[in-house]
Amino acid sequence: MEGLPILSIMMLVPLTSALACLFSGANAARWIALGATLVTFVFGIVLWANYDIGGAQWQFTEEANLFAGFSYKLGIDGIALMLIMLSVFLMPICILASWDSVTKRVGEYMAAFLFMEVLMIGTFAAQDLFLFYVFFEAGLIPMYLIIGVWGGDNRIYASYKFFLYTLLGSVLMLIAMFWMVAEAGTSDIPTLMEYGFPAGAQTWLWLAFFASFAVKVPMWPLHTWLPDAHVQAPTAGSVILAGVLLKLGGYGFIRFSLPMFPEASAQFAWLVFVLSMVAVVYTSLVALVQADMKKLIAYSSVAHMAIVTVGLFAFNVQGLEGAMIVMLSHGLVSGALFLCVGVIYDRLHTREIARYGGLAINMPYYALFFLLFTMASIGLPGTSGFVGEFLSLAGIYQTSSLVALICTTGIILGAAYMLYLYRRVAFGGQTNADAAAMPDISAREWIMMAPIAAAVLWMGVYPESFLAPMRKDIATLDARLAAAAPASDARLAPGTPRAEAANALGHHGEGNKGTGHEGMEHEGGSTDSAKEGAH
Amino acid sequence: MATQILIIVFAPLIAALIAGLGNRMIGNVAAKGVTTAGLFLAAGLSWPIFLGFLSGTATAEVVPVLKWVQSGSLTFDWALRVDTLTAIMLVVINSVSALVHLYSWGYMEEDPDQPRFFAYLSLFTFAMLMLVTADNLVQMFFGWEGVGLASYLLIGFWFKKPSAGAAAIKAFVVNRVGDLGFMLGIFGTFLVFQTTSIPEILAAAPAMSGSTITFVGMRLYTMDILCILLFIGAMGKSAQLGLHTWLPDAMEGPTPVSALIHAATMVTAGVFMLCRLSPMFETAPTALTIVTIVGAATCFFAATIGTTQWDIKRVIAYSTCSQLGYMFFAAGVGAYGAAMFHLFTHAFFKALLFLGAGSVIHAMHHEQDMRYYGGLRKHIPLTFWAMMAGTLAITGVGILGVFGFAGFYSKDAILEAAYARHNGAGQFAFWAGAITALLTSFYSWRLMFLTFWGKPRWEQSEHIQHAVHDDHGHGHEDHHHAPSDGTAGYHPHESPVSMLLPLGILSLGAVLAGFVFHHEFIDGAAFWNGSIFYNEDLIHAMHGVPLWVKLSATIVMVLGFAGAYLAYIAKPDIPAMFVASFGALHNFVYRKWYFDELYDVLFVKPAFAFGRAFWQLGDVGTIDRFGPNGVASVIQRSSLAAKSIQSGYLYTYALIMLLGLVAAVTYVLL
Repeated sequence: MEGLPILSIMMLVPLTSALACLFSGANAARWIALGATLVTFVFGIVLWANYDIGGAQWQFTEEANLFAGFSYKLGIDGIALMLIMLSVFLMPICILASWDSVTKRVGEYMAAFLFMEVLMIGTFAAQDLFLFYVFFEAGLIPMYLIIGVWGGDNRIYASYKFFLYTLLGSVLMLIAMFWMVAEAGTSDIPTLMEYGFPAGAQTWLWLAFFASFAVKVPMWPLHTWLPDAHVQAPTAGSVILAGVLLKLGGYGFIRFSLPMFPEASAQFAWLVFVLSMVAVVYTSLVALVQADMKKLIAYSSVAHMAIVTVGLFAFNVQGLEGAMIVMLSHGLVSGALFLCVGVIYDRLHTREIARYGGLAINMPYYALFFLLFTMASIGLPGTSGFVGEFLSLAGIYQTSSLVALICTTGIILGAAYMLYLYRRVAFGGQTNADAAAMPDISAREWIMMAPIAAAVLWMGVYPESFLAPMRKDIATLDARLAAAAPASDARLAPGTPRAEAANALGHHGEGNKGTGHEGMEHEGGSTDSAKEGAH
Repeated sequence: MATQILIIVFAPLIAALIAGLGNRMIGNVAAKGVTTAGLFLAAGLSWPIFLGFLSGTATAEVVPVLKWVQSGSLTFDWALRVDTLTAIMLVVINSVSALVHLYSWGYMEEDPDQPRFFAYLSLFTFAMLMLVTADNLVQMFFGWEGVGLASYLLIGFWFKKPSAGAAAIKAFVVNRVGDLGFMLGIFGTFLVFQTTSIPEILAAAPAMSGSTITFVGMRLYTMDILCILLFIGAMGKSAQLGLHTWLPDAMEGPTPVSALIHAATMVTAGVFMLCRLSPMFETAPTALTIVTIVGAATCFFAATIGTTQWDIKRVIAYSTCSQLGYMFFAAGVGAYGAAMFHLFTHAFFKALLFLGAGSVIHAMHHEQDMRYYGGLRKHIPLTFWAMMAGTLAITGVGILGVFGFAGFYSKDAILEAAYARHNGAGQFAFWAGAITALLTSFYSWRLMFLTFWGKPRWEQSEHIQHAVHDDHGHGHEDHHHAPSDGTAGYHPHESPVSMLLPLGILSLGAVLAGFVFHHEFIDGAAFWNGSIFYNEDLIHAMHGVPLWVKLSATIVMVLGFAGAYLAYIAKPDIPAMFVASFGALHNFVYRKWYFDELYDVLFVKPAFAFGRAFWQLGDVGTIDRFGPNGVASVIQRSSLAAKSIQSGYLYTYALIMLLGLVAAVTYVLL
């Protein structure tokens, strides 16, 4: 692989195909897009296979100096690799999902998707601050078009809301970037990740980046663009939006906010925690009362992404790795759930939950896939959802048991709204004749769902494949954060162990009142030597 | 042993996948055949392992399977642990599951969806086996949630019924409340011990017994809070007071499911967890006191409800809940061997009672209301004798030192242990347990008398009337043909061999399991071989309790029988009189202490109300209104204002310029 600019090739393939799509007929465009995304996916596999786990931090690097210190510089670490894999894996599925349902301006539609793929790979692979910014922001344009042109009835409102929200935050980020480059004298991301910005400046820089990433994640209360965007977007648009675009926010935190501003990150961790705790409870409850399937899943996304943000700001390995796995898992699972909605939307042209019911009778395989993804969404062990959620929450527990407690209520609320959805769609009698007449999933739909199902189970049973490439990078990040990491609130204080078991029948009746009770009365009574559990 | 355990655990999974994914392609017989064969294979391999531990020839072993997660210092792998405790669970799970599979051939004969049913049953068995073979807390949680999934699917098996769908969700969500505790318990355990491996935790726990930790702002003993969190998980799965509401509703599932999952195996997972972690719980006196009190309270509470219900399955469901309470307080006072022994015997006699009830329901054309039973003794004699064996076992019939049915040994041991523990919680548990033994005897015999004795009361049953009408052909108004003996002309039939055979085998277990195994389970320190905390002193004290304590269970059992005989055979108008004079009390108990209503008001309704409020008032009414829509309208209005200034008329511009000039000059001059 030495010398082959594989990252550039992975961007060039969809880029040229996008241009070709613009000038082809509908059917040709479909095949070109499918071919291009599959080829890119194959390159992705080559990339993963050749990634040297435990090797250099940045691999597959390419560099071409442009002007004024601004350079075209690409390179990936394990974290970027996994997110690129997620993007190139979902892309062919999106093309398949749009195969029959998109009939107007097919060439342009496919071009928009391919162009989006270029930008997503670019965002994750960029090693120059401004190059990143360009990819990061340009990604809005194809999504804006996909919602605005091929969306539902209220698409204009949704696309403007999406665009304005995401752009406004980014302006602040751009200003911060200029300041950083002026201060550090370079726009090279790996260098900036090790640069020590003064603590006072970090605060402002962190807030500027936060404005952009918090919208992308999205964090409460900046989330209201997401349900509208999802509801109006075509199925494949929702898949990419939930699958990859939301991950840009999390990626931003792990690539910029945490390593570049560790002190400010620790300082603002409380803010992230509060917003995340609110998000878990608030959006889960809102999801419970939705009558529109896509809105329900969109709100559930906000709740799940809150688990990502608490994991990231837990300042330990479990939290960071958990957050990454939640991102990958949520990308697969919520993407798959939107596909599930799309499958029945294509048949009945409504997202209203009440119009369905009893689908397990006439669509048993559909019901099976839907069940699997529902279970993955609520974090059943054995699926990808569990591994991420578990690690992330285990991470945050070491920092704050209160935050862990509140966020873990998400497993109850998540089960409630997802199973309630599943019950109304798949269980019950066949009350609507047209829903009862829908055929089970077609071969094309099988091909869309089965790979995601396999990936979800793989990640649930043997997540090592996904954790291994990221392990070293996360350890590096954890080491960088160690100095700033907040103390564990557990403050475990050793005491004199009891002499006997609790149910020992001592000679003096209650034989179990051992010593070591001194620390009981006041919190302050314990020493801070209790941090042994934190790292 | 490595190969055997791999086959035992994975045969059910493979069978489930074949039956579930093959479904209609492979047909009913193949799907039923492969799952049943898989389970009989697993059961066949389990007994030698159990007997190996019984005879002391086998040793504990851990068979690694696959790496799972490695994240910093948090690592856990897939592995299968086999020791005495696991071996007991293996025979319980696989034997009952195999028999339930066999029984379902007959019971589910007419169901159009049989492969799915058998696939779920086998999937459940796999998850349960993963739970009991877990060597770390996370794999236990995997099994824990896996059985939850299978339970959800099986409760909702007849998903066309709205009540089944609702019950399935309720079971899953209420269990998740417990899981919240379990998960936090695992997190805390990892924080304290830096491992999730059960043997390592158990070894390190005593050293931590005096330490303190902060949990959500409270300064607590480390081991107490960890054990309490884990116990909340156990309360959910084992339907203990407060988190019990899902279990009665779970009776919406087919009866074989109730026998396997909601009587013999899954609901005992909480007890298993406590016993598995018993050395850890023994470092947490407060947690154990809570376990004892919750167990004793559940035991009494559920039994009271059991005395008033009319649905035969619900009576047995509350009985299960109550018996689980016995197991918990046994563990709470330190008699883990007795808790496991009751789990073991209970699995046989409760599965028997459920399957027997299923046989009755089968004979009575899906009628479950005991008010419409009566006089069935002569019509379905084999089912009757099986139910009789189960009733004798659960009520604990036996003569001290001679012979007793299964429950006689295990329940008596629990009551004696509670008494011998000699502390406040133990005394409470003893008395609650003794009173409950009376109620147990009462509701069990009430069930028997209402079902098998007296005159048939079938004619009021809609199900029976349907059956009779179907037999006589549609459209014929032949009410007048029905004889006036209360049978409505219906003839119950004994169940097929596939159903009777499991009843027979389980009857053997109900009769003999206590007598044969009580020595090892209660007194066998060598048998347990360190797989649970074995409290030698307590066992010693237990054998030394006064005679009246030893006889108390038998005495109250006889009283309960006498009460039931009086109320349902000798003077059948007593129940109605009781209801008339103690209406409020009866209503309170009959309506299950109003837990469902309370939870509806406290949790379900507010959740939806808050959801709507957050959505309409929060998202739409506040965030959007003042956020994007507000900004948009401000910009729109200000641009309208700006537009009106830019009128294009020269004189307005001149006027504004003049005003500006005046202002500037004024500023300079002043």
